[in-house]
Amino acid sequence: MLPQALDAYVETAREVGNASSLHGPGRLARKHIEESRERIAAALGARPSEVIFTSGGTESDNLAVKGIYWARRRPRVLASSIEHHAVLDAVRWLEDHEEATVDWLPVDSDGRLELASVNLDGGDVALITVMWANNEVGTIQPIAELAALAAAAGVPLHTDAIQAVGHVPVDFAASGVSAMSVTGHKLGGPYGVGALLLGRDVASTPLLHGGGQERDVRSGTLDVPGVVAFAVAVEHVVKEQQEEAARLTLLRDELIARVLEAVPEAALNGPATPRLPGNAHFSFPGCEGDALLLLLDAQQIAVSTGSACNAGVAQPSHVLLAMGADPVAARSSLRFTLGHTSTPEDIDALVAALPAAVDRARRAGTF
Amino acid sequence: MRVLAAMSGGVDSAVAAARAVDAGLDVTGVHLALSRNAQSHRTGARGCCTIEDSRDARRAADVLGIPFYVWDMADRFHEDVIDNFVAEYAAGRTPNPCLRCNEKIKFSAVLDRAVALGFDAVVTGHHARLLDGLLTRSVDAAKDQSYVLAVLTREQLDRSIFPLGDSTKELVRAEAHERGLAGVADKPDSHDICFIADGDTQKFLRQRLGDAKGDIVDDSTGEVLGQHDGAFGYTIGQRKGLALTRPAPDGRPRYVLSITPVNNTVRVGSAEALDVSTVEGDRVVWTGGERPQGPIECVVQVRAHGKELPAVVTLRGDRLVAQLRGPERGIASGQAIVVYRGDTVLGSATITAAA
Repeated sequence: MLPQALDAYVETAREVGNASSLHGPGRLARKHIEESRERIAAALGARPSEVIFTSGGTESDNLAVKGIYWARRRPRVLASSIEHHAVLDAVRWLEDHEEATVDWLPVDSDGRLELASVNLDGGDVALITVMWANNEVGTIQPIAELAALAAAAGVPLHTDAIQAVGHVPVDFAASGVSAMSVTGHKLGGPYGVGALLLGRDVASTPLLHGGGQERDVRSGTLDVPGVVAFAVAVEHVVKEQQEEAARLTLLRDELIARVLEAVPEAALNGPATPRLPGNAHFSFPGCEGDALLLLLDAQQIAVSTGSACNAGVAQPSHVLLAMGADPVAARSSLRFTLGHTSTPEDIDALVAALPAAVDRARRAGTF
Repeated sequence: MRVLAAMSGGVDSAVAAARAVDAGLDVTGVHLALSRNAQSHRTGARGCCTIEDSRDARRAADVLGIPFYVWDMADRFHEDVIDNFVAEYAAGRTPNPCLRCNEKIKFSAVLDRAVALGFDAVVTGHHARLLDGLLTRSVDAAKDQSYVLAVLTREQLDRSIFPLGDSTKELVRAEAHERGLAGVADKPDSHDICFIADGDTQKFLRQRLGDAKGDIVDDSTGEVLGQHDGAFGYTIGQRKGLALTRPAPDGRPRYVLSITPVNNTVRVGSAEALDVSTVEGDRVVWTGGERPQGPIECVVQVRAHGKELPAVVTLRGDRLVAQLRGPERGIASGQAIVVYRGDTVLGSATITAAA
């Protein structure tokens, strides 16, 4: 957590008070919540009433996808094929249990949405959901163009902007989207708190029923210190975004150049630009990503393969498969993420360790 | 020394890993995901590789403070163990999948991968000892697993560590409690075949091989006594489940004597007809690394947890022949014959015939 977010968290956590209570401590807690709402709204180009606090990205995505689908009572959903599982699985659930028909929107080999595939004819579309930037390969999606199409057809567009906020400029109102998911832990705030920015005219059926705390769309006692720390973090990363993005882009480009130099067979996945500043993603032919992960982990270098299933088994990434990779290539890939603590020394350490790790992993072969 | 601890999520492998840590080894835990469609929860003492087992293994690794990963060996396991299991039954033999898994997965695919990744050895929770590199029974005779390890070569054993062979199971459980491995300390022992979750081997085989009606024949008279739904459903020495409507003339129980897949026939007869004194096997492995000379005075074991049978073993080419000192019943092809001198394993073979 960012130090200032942590400080804000600890300070607020010392106070007593339920933001829904009417007494003094309750009013103080409510003041913290509403101030945080205003700060987040200002930082992200939204109105305060459009900020709905949630328990994080998964809930925000589910609330947007299922809530808007139910509220709109139309059968079709358009979703990109490279969404995070929080969106992907929510859409699949609607497909399996609510008789939704889904247009899985294809992407090109760089992971960029094929806008030509968006068909909003027929008046039967409940919503479109396309992430702002992909969490695995860092591709930034054409949200503005998509929002124009959606607006022309009168269809709400939801975007999962969890990877984007703090890394690229994000402005809710200017983007034209109807709903946008954000979360704390991806931007230096706490775990377990996030928000759905939901346009005032966009209806969403609640997932959680109860006290109706958040615009009657989301119930549950609010996590006051979490919300306060979340707001501090959002405000900070948005303020620092340009400078941090410039720093990370330089560092990331150095990482990409030096990895390709150290391991010439490696292939960069995703576009050189536009791309999330802290993201680099490679395939290492002949290696299993999880073997590389083990070897680098042993040298205190934390990298990621795609996602793991419940049992912890690494799965070939649906993102890479959607980009046209075969399953073997998909399993040979690894993501390197740079963030606010990353330094040039980290790149040195990675480049020093990587060639030997790739050699070993290649010898270990594939399963 | 860098070692890879195979952690199933059970008590044995958790304590084995803990002892490796205590011994000063650089230990990394790995859980092998062997099921293509993992069940979320374990039911009773059967099954393995549920998500719950994976979590239990991870939790044990956390308690020990060691890195932990999951390796997806499901495809290898399916091809080398499960498909083989079904094929062996279809061929009228009675395979031991645990042995096969040790031979093809744990001490082959996993060990090879570990070595390639820079590990020196694999640590498992098997109840067996390595004394001067020789595979030896556990001190806990009831839990001894030397039989299912006897297919390993000297090279494989040289890269294996079995930290539990000096302890009884009871002691291992007590130690798990003391070490704070509460999640696994009282998990039930695994029994039966891990990939047949409900324990119904017949149903499992029928689903894969389909019904194939055939005759149950009296071995001495050749008379057809009844019908069966698939010869794979029978094991040499089996008495129950024959569903013969006519009793034997002498009124005594009848047993499965042989299974002939070619004509899908199960032959039955008296208990005495089950007696054999010569057992032959192929795929001979000398676990100590050296092929012994001359006839070997020894004891053999012909099934997991079976009793020790005094025998003289000789080699004929690449086949092993054991002359039993006394008759033994119900020796099935496909099982291993393991040769011991005292508590030390000399080698093993896969049974091909008994007479």
